[in-house]
Amino acid sequence: MDRRDFLALSTFFTGVALTPALFGKAIAADQLQNDIELAVKKRLADAALAAATAAGASYCDVRVGRYLRQFVITRERNVENIVNTESTGTGVRVIADGSWGFAATNEMTEDAVAAAARQATAIAKANARIQTAPIQLAPTPGVGEVSWRTPIKKNAMEVPIADKVDLLMSVNDAALNAGASFVNSLLFLVNEQKYFASTDGSYIDQDVHRIWAPLTVTAVDQSTGKFRSREGLSAPMGLGWEYMDGAAEDKFVLSNGLTTYGKSYDMKEDAIAAAQDAQTKLKAPSVKPGKYDLVLDPNHLGLTIHESVGHPLELDRVLGYEANYAGTSFATMDKRDEGFKYGSEIVNLFADKTQTGSLGAVGYDDEGVKTKRWDLVKDGTLVDYQTIRDQAHIVGKDASDGCCYADSWSSVQFQRMANVSLAPGKTKMSPADMIAGVENGIYIAGRGSFSIDQQRYNAQFGGTVFYEIKNGKLGPMIEDVAYQMRTPEFWGACSAICDESDYRMFGSFFDGKGQPSQVSAVSHGSSTTRFDGINVINTARSLG
Amino acid sequence: MSILSEAQAKAILDKVIALSTADEVSAQVGGGITGNVRFARNDISTSGIVDEAELAVQVAFGKRIGTATINQFDDASLERVMRRAEDLAKLAPENPEFMPAVAKQTYRATDTFSEATAALTAEARAKIAEASILPCRERNLVAAGFLEDGQTFFAHANSNGNFGYQRSTVADYTCTVRTEDGRGSGWVASNVKDVAQFDAANDIQIAMRKAAASADARALEPGKYTVILEPAAASGLISFMMNFFDARSADEGRSFLSKQGGGNKIGEQIMDPRVNIYTDPWDPTVPTLPWDGDGLPRERTKIIDAGKVANLQYSRYWANKQGKPETAGWGNTIMEGGTKSTAELIAGTERGILVTRTWYIRMVDPQTVLLTGLTRDGTFYIENGQLMYPIKNFRFNESPVIMLNNIEELGRSVRVEDGSIMVPPMKVRDFTFTSLSDAV
Repeated sequence: MDRRDFLALSTFFTGVALTPALFGKAIAADQLQNDIELAVKKRLADAALAAATAAGASYCDVRVGRYLRQFVITRERNVENIVNTESTGTGVRVIADGSWGFAATNEMTEDAVAAAARQATAIAKANARIQTAPIQLAPTPGVGEVSWRTPIKKNAMEVPIADKVDLLMSVNDAALNAGASFVNSLLFLVNEQKYFASTDGSYIDQDVHRIWAPLTVTAVDQSTGKFRSREGLSAPMGLGWEYMDGAAEDKFVLSNGLTTYGKSYDMKEDAIAAAQDAQTKLKAPSVKPGKYDLVLDPNHLGLTIHESVGHPLELDRVLGYEANYAGTSFATMDKRDEGFKYGSEIVNLFADKTQTGSLGAVGYDDEGVKTKRWDLVKDGTLVDYQTIRDQAHIVGKDASDGCCYADSWSSVQFQRMANVSLAPGKTKMSPADMIAGVENGIYIAGRGSFSIDQQRYNAQFGGTVFYEIKNGKLGPMIEDVAYQMRTPEFWGACSAICDESDYRMFGSFFDGKGQPSQVSAVSHGSSTTRFDGINVINTARSLG
Repeated sequence: MSILSEAQAKAILDKVIALSTADEVSAQVGGGITGNVRFARNDISTSGIVDEAELAVQVAFGKRIGTATINQFDDASLERVMRRAEDLAKLAPENPEFMPAVAKQTYRATDTFSEATAALTAEARAKIAEASILPCRERNLVAAGFLEDGQTFFAHANSNGNFGYQRSTVADYTCTVRTEDGRGSGWVASNVKDVAQFDAANDIQIAMRKAAASADARALEPGKYTVILEPAAASGLISFMMNFFDARSADEGRSFLSKQGGGNKIGEQIMDPRVNIYTDPWDPTVPTLPWDGDGLPRERTKIIDAGKVANLQYSRYWANKQGKPETAGWGNTIMEGGTKSTAELIAGTERGILVTRTWYIRMVDPQTVLLTGLTRDGTFYIENGQLMYPIKNFRFNESPVIMLNNIEELGRSVRVEDGSIMVPPMKVRDFTFTSLSDAV
């Protein structure tokens, strides 16, 4: 689920919202580049490990975190707000008497983290009273003192605020000059400085960077009372400021001129296109409902992968740990054992926490497990799930898949989705080749409305732009399109996948899960993909 | 430290405001102690306590604004947070929509605090989890749930001499009960200010009954049906719609409340005349803080009056631009209802569908507030006033505006969701289900 959309985010930080507690304390721009000394983090971690062990914990891990964010929020020719936030503290998780306990403190002293460790141990012991089976952790080798950093070329936090303001103002000007009635644009930068230590003997220092540059353009026709918005076609990425370069080699251009983006984004170009598209949408014909062959751009398909593959193959959902909130999963363990057909023979879906440029890429997860790539669906057959250390034994694995994450030092880490992606087709095929083979279809790019049931069977997706495909040719833009699907039938209708040269990543910046709810960021790669005979509904209504 | 008294909070705010060299300054200090327990598979899975307080400062040099926050309260920390806010303000470009801090206001306190909730202990939380889990273990059912409770304080002040302080409490409980074979699922929720009004042992019976009764669901054809939406189910759509009562968006022509040709729909009939929605910070069931984020005092305000749009929300900037009075942002939503319970609505229904809750609701078309989502955790077919059998879940594509034009009957309004909304159970005709879901 994406719990917070761009609108909500803008509202939160616009004008008078004085308490960005969700995102930590705000700090001056020049302080975003400092780090906590490694020796300080190790000293704090050792204090917590020792205190937990002395209090009777059989296992302890400590996360000393500094979470930095920067937002630049604009509408039309105004900068609405610039916000810098910082949140620093330590979370301590223990196993005592076979149960988990967790406590966190923002006091960066050895006494405070030791007290948190003792509190976590006491909570674990209290919980053990009605625990029916002790926690089992899959073994993970201690790795000693290691470090990892997102391979960015230019730290976006170090770019002067004036440059960011200039960029967004030029983007908004371009949209308004191209006929937009309104435009909102935003820069959202994240830097997680995470230090992990455990009683297994690991001391892992990681510096994780992410960037997002969403925009929304709206066109209004007051004479008809109609309005239409067109979102930008960027994706949040695990990249630095180099993502904003707009490199020509990272542009993917359709025969009708629609441009989508890979590892580099031309925000101004997209804003102009968005302004033109928003105006076209006001007059575009409404879709005729029925069965269509869909050709889905990677920046659209990523969300469908996220909802219909990424979530149902999270083992905590399969087991029932999310039953009261996000839900369970149709992809039960008996289905994996029976070789359940998740999709057609050409469907290969994999999880990968190491993909360069992806939102989920880290060296180690938040319980010290080295990250990797593995198969979830192979040649159309369900083969595996995503696990963390206390689940691995349940699916017969002897090691975690490295899917543990917490969105803050103050949140307890739990199972979160890896980057889950559709492998590109093995034979040469471009989007143009694919479209040429479609008689009656719809091409969809960008994210739109999305909703799926609590077991991930029944879903409905909209998009950003829709084009009719008739007899192998892209036609005009159409509107009011949403497709409804049942997960196994949808993936079973996958009939063609473009080759590796078309592979790109979609991203979800605020995937929500857990109680209390936590967010995580995750990417989903694919090439343009075709699905045959999918049910399309018309979403136009009248309020009379 | 984290629950500050009014005097302590005022001392900190006064001290930090005095440190400012900016043209004006606003400051807020808030915090609380929040406890939680989460359980699943009939075992406790996590629990914890968070105890924190935070100071936020916003300064302005002319029309340049900077904001900073900190969670330490010694003199050096207060100095640091003020200098950070001032540094940011100097880096920011001028905002033409800048509004100066509000003048000194008078607030009438609202009753948002309960001693019983503030006194809840970790042991009490564990007992609530136990009261949910043990009956399920005995009946071969599986419970997954969450309780979060907290006491908070909030104080704000500005360089115009304005000041407010208040404490609040809330306890929020949800529990999903499933049959062991996964063919049935039920749900219950309770959100209260005062834990004395909450009884997990009683609530869990509702979820258990629905779980057991919802196995062996039959498939009905998608289409338009008369539905009885329980308050939680109706609230899913109505609270979503309430996000779009912004005057500026309506005036700009990009809202369902925009009028063709320009302007907004204030005064226009958009719903059934039985629909009355208002906001009231002093409401005893859903009290909220007596001020908004700007420090403006909240008032009881009609939103929908006999189906007509009575008021929209104006930001201070937009109110001034449009020549309207500055009014506070709404803190709660109250939809009036009748006197009947959900059970009485069912008893008076010849044919229909009972919906326990709605789930994964997303906007499909903002032009009409067309929403999509699904039913979940207890959907039943009603015939001749009786629940006849469980039915498979549906996906709906429906606008709450259309839904509130199709009202057959409203029941008694109750507090739901996060405690900021009251919604009645409602019987609605022609509710649009567009596909079946196999999910349980």
